[in-house]
Amino acid sequence: MKWRNLALLPLFAVIVLVQVLCSATDSIYYLTQLTMSAYYSLLIIGLCVLMGYAGQISMGHAGFFAIGGYLSAALTTRSLVAFQDHTLVRLLHAAGCLSAGQDIYGEPMLVVTPWAACVIAVLTAAVVALLLGIPVLKLKGHYLAMATLGFGIIIYRIVLASSYFGEADGISGVPGFTLLPGLSVNGEFSSRVENYYIAWGVLLLGMLLLRNLINSRAGRALRAIHGSIEAADAVGVDTARFKVYTFVLSAVFAALAGVLLTHYNGGIGPSEAGIMKSVRYVAIVAVGGMANLWGALIMGVVLNFLSLRGLFGSYDDAVFGLILILIMLFAPGGILTLRLGGLWERLRPKAKSGKEGAS
Amino acid sequence: MTVELFIQYLVAGITYGSIYAIVAIGFNIIYNTTGIINFAQGEFVMLGGMLSITFLHFLPLPLAIAVAVLCTMAIGAAIEILFIRWLHNPGVLRIVMITVGISILIREAALHVWGDNVHSLPYFVGNAVSTIAIFGARVSPQVLCVIGACGLMVLFLIVFFQMTSVGREMRACAANRTAAVLCGIDTRNMVTLSFILSAGIGAVAGAVMSPITYTQYDIGTGLAIKGFTVAILGGLGNSLGAVAAGLLLGVIEAFSVSVVPLAFQDAISIAILLVILFVRPHGLFGSSAAAGLKEF
Repeated sequence: MKWRNLALLPLFAVIVLVQVLCSATDSIYYLTQLTMSAYYSLLIIGLCVLMGYAGQISMGHAGFFAIGGYLSAALTTRSLVAFQDHTLVRLLHAAGCLSAGQDIYGEPMLVVTPWAACVIAVLTAAVVALLLGIPVLKLKGHYLAMATLGFGIIIYRIVLASSYFGEADGISGVPGFTLLPGLSVNGEFSSRVENYYIAWGVLLLGMLLLRNLINSRAGRALRAIHGSIEAADAVGVDTARFKVYTFVLSAVFAALAGVLLTHYNGGIGPSEAGIMKSVRYVAIVAVGGMANLWGALIMGVVLNFLSLRGLFGSYDDAVFGLILILIMLFAPGGILTLRLGGLWERLRPKAKSGKEGAS
Repeated sequence: MTVELFIQYLVAGITYGSIYAIVAIGFNIIYNTTGIINFAQGEFVMLGGMLSITFLHFLPLPLAIAVAVLCTMAIGAAIEILFIRWLHNPGVLRIVMITVGISILIREAALHVWGDNVHSLPYFVGNAVSTIAIFGARVSPQVLCVIGACGLMVLFLIVFFQMTSVGREMRACAANRTAAVLCGIDTRNMVTLSFILSAGIGAVAGAVMSPITYTQYDIGTGLAIKGFTVAILGGLGNSLGAVAAGLLLGVIEAFSVSVVPLAFQDAISIAILLVILFVRPHGLFGSSAAAGLKEF
């Protein structure tokens, strides 16, 4: 492990500290919202790399979240008994991807196991992102924003209009997701602490992956694209390919977040696919400072936590709209870079040049 | 399909199409003077309808619509003065996010003021069941009001941009901003004016369509997407292209109802948008050479 990954250790310490504090002060209910915030933040750090580092806006990321959440929810709850003789179902059965059981009326049930459903859902999101990304990422500015917004609306309409996805009611009764024996993503009160650590563990892993990505060859290529696409092209960066890869990667993060949060909540509703969610994610990345993974992570957790605690009441969506406007008007670099960035610049020369900086 | 049914679909398509065309022209007016796509364009339509319905409690119908349109124009001006005017060289991304934020604020404000119920104005002529026969198809007089109002607005805009000096100044500003400044045109005021104008025509469209399509706080986004589709189809900035493309999209949408379920109607026009963006981002009537000079 490289030294820069040690920067994640303080985060780990904070995660443990928060859990210990919550357990000690008998306010363990905070962990529920913190777990959900962690999953949303997983999507947000993925979007951060797309927006901040590759410089491509996506107003449709709730669509990928919904693909992940809805597919895994539908596959693990909708019985395949009626299609038992279909070749595809037989193949899945032979591969051990199906589990038989009984529904509440004692009828036989045949559903896809959570692991298989997760893989199918995330792969679907990746394929959709690839198919959408290749043509869409040729566009810039308004066009890209409108195209991704349109994609988000299509997904929203589909889940709202098809009975397979539960129409306006969404899907409920989604079973727990046993990641490893004894380690399960579910909404049971008894496994709250366990789920808190699963969520934050996944988020830490995601953070580790993205931090290493942006400091790698690919990351430098991405930043070159953001700076100037012509210049990046000129020095031999395959700009189109890197943009599409990042788009697919961020879609995978979003879909995975959708899968896990759906299993945690035990269900998903159409509002998760709505435009407002996509705009909210964009707003949070903007507040965090676009090309700032830590900013995105911190703002993702804080704002989602406050929103989930119901602090903004019925003004929830309006608050995120207002945040987006204010940040873009007054601090396009993000809240954190505004304050901490200035402080950091003042501190850094001292640390580097020692006595000179101090004098 | 019988001839009557065909005409019925056609008229429905033209009705919706003319609304889309007006929204698209609203996009074009602002785009031409500023290079900005105003994502809050659909909200002007919603405000036009909602404010008219509110003012109808105190005023007769024509006056209520007039006051509502004036109010929406004032809101359009306020948006430009508060959020756009004082930014120096903002990037496209920044403007997109600001206007998206504005559209959300307007929508949420509307939700708190008018609730999430469906509202509508009364029919201008006759009532919900009165019809006029056109080649055997039954058409509501309100439909003719919508088509007529949209046609009049297009005519008004043509006259305004071609004949009046303010209109010419706006076109100069669109064609070459620096040259316009050198000629003594205050381009900043032209930008404000473009927001006022597109808010105004959006509000008129919102008021006349309200009796047949109803007004709800969240209709703006859908209209904005479709209006944008039409603007792209017709070539961004080309208002006559927008009229043709608007009617085309409206008719396609109307006839698609006979093939796919109603719930997927929106998905169709968005799919058209995506296809057009991929295949011909300069629009059906635009030239690809000119588009090469623009930022896509």
